[in-house]
Amino acid sequence: MTMAPLELTQDMDVPKISLKGVKKAFGPKVVLDGVDLDIQRGESVVIIGGSGTGKSVLLKSILGILQPDAGTIRIDGEDTTHITGRDRERARAKFGMLFQGAALFDSLPVWENVAFGLMQGQRVGRKEARERAVATLGAVGLGPDVANLSPSELSGGMQKRVGLARAICTNPEIIFFDEPTTGLDPIMADVINDLIVKCVKDLGATALSITHDMASARKIADRIAMLYKGKLIWVGPVSEIDNSGNAYVDQFIHGRAEGPIQMQIRAF
Amino acid sequence: MNFLSAIGRATLTFLEATGRLALFTLTALAHCLRPPFYFRHIGRQMLEIGYYSLPVVGLTAVFTGMVLALQSYSGFSRFSAESAIATVVVLSITRELGPVLAGLMVAGRIGAAMAAELGTMRVTEQVDALTTLSTNPYKYLVVPRLIAGTTMLPILVMVADIIGVFGGYLVAVYRLGFNASSYINNTWQYLEFMDVVSGLVKAAAFGFVISLMGCYHGYNSRGGAQGVGAATTNAVVSASILILVMNYLLTGIFFS
Repeated sequence: MTMAPLELTQDMDVPKISLKGVKKAFGPKVVLDGVDLDIQRGESVVIIGGSGTGKSVLLKSILGILQPDAGTIRIDGEDTTHITGRDRERARAKFGMLFQGAALFDSLPVWENVAFGLMQGQRVGRKEARERAVATLGAVGLGPDVANLSPSELSGGMQKRVGLARAICTNPEIIFFDEPTTGLDPIMADVINDLIVKCVKDLGATALSITHDMASARKIADRIAMLYKGKLIWVGPVSEIDNSGNAYVDQFIHGRAEGPIQMQIRAF
Repeated sequence: MNFLSAIGRATLTFLEATGRLALFTLTALAHCLRPPFYFRHIGRQMLEIGYYSLPVVGLTAVFTGMVLALQSYSGFSRFSAESAIATVVVLSITRELGPVLAGLMVAGRIGAAMAAELGTMRVTEQVDALTTLSTNPYKYLVVPRLIAGTTMLPILVMVADIIGVFGGYLVAVYRLGFNASSYINNTWQYLEFMDVVSGLVKAAAFGFVISLMGCYHGYNSRGGAQGVGAATTNAVVSASILILVMNYLLTGIFFS
């Protein structure tokens, strides 16, 4: 069969992100042990799992920051596992990411953080980039007076909002959320969850989140996948999470100390 | 057997570190030649390295020149060779002490700052954030520092040379009672173009090494505050040692 043109493949049922047998080990420590997952266009998938189960490694592998040892990663049907240079940059332009600690550039004011992808990646002029940054800040509930502040002057919740604004400012097709509610109080966590749901819907983006906050997972997920010992041991719609019939999932979502999951002591 | 395996492990670690540093250097150099160039960042780093290091480098230079004049006077007066003092001061400063001392001072000031800044960016995921925003961290963070270090250190050393020789002049004329014009005359008499140029070439090499060590250790730091601390120490120590080793090698190339 010949390859269909790009426009055709996008109309067909090609998953936005497709992982097949992705493996990654650091020395003797196997972090990902054959992960298979298809994420459809416009879908929001949340990966849950304890600390140190390789959730961040999975995100970084998809982004190409880490190279998987085996398996393939496809974005829009294109194999991006081992691409480099311009191809990699083109693939990365589809992504936006909200980091766990927001990862704002502390040498730049808030608006330059938000407009960073526009100015550096898309070569938008400073004036227009600033206007778009202020508009995006408005979309995450921050006024224009925040634009000139330094990130270090903001509270944790505000930094997360700026991080979210930075992630969506370039209108990415895919957005990653790395533990978006960690370190926030329950009310601010819910505000961020609402913003995530709203932003993803407004952009029509595909979202992949990792979290161990079940309230957050239930709110932002269409489907939930559980990562345990480098494998996805359960994948299903969010409505079925309470009846998964999987002892590991049950232990995790109810936060019990006793169960089949043993706490891992070493991170690596 | 344990002894042998210890040697083997140390050798492997050393080779691995050398390989990783070589890869880092080659990647950074390749990115130096390809656009986009972040001129604003290059300018900011030049200001940081060149301009803000002037006081500390100038102070080092002026006192070195003064001490040189004093020391060589107390030595040379034993066999009535006082007229050689000016030559000793200017040759020592331009060939050796200017580049080496400026290099060591800048390694402490700039190498440490670079490692700490890049290390903090690494552990707070700011380096990864750059990548997700379609910006190559090598181009954005490493290249401006390498260019600024390599171009600014020769200029710093040129200034240090002048200040150092001036320090020697001050001591010779106002403390030891030399005639001002004959001291200046002696300074110029045996100074060759190559003396100054070799010092400036050394300075460029030292500037490159300082920036490279700062960036390499910062960029590859791991594990929170402690990791950043270790990266800072390693950057300064390795840059200082490399400066001393390279100084010997370059002197061998220039003057043998």
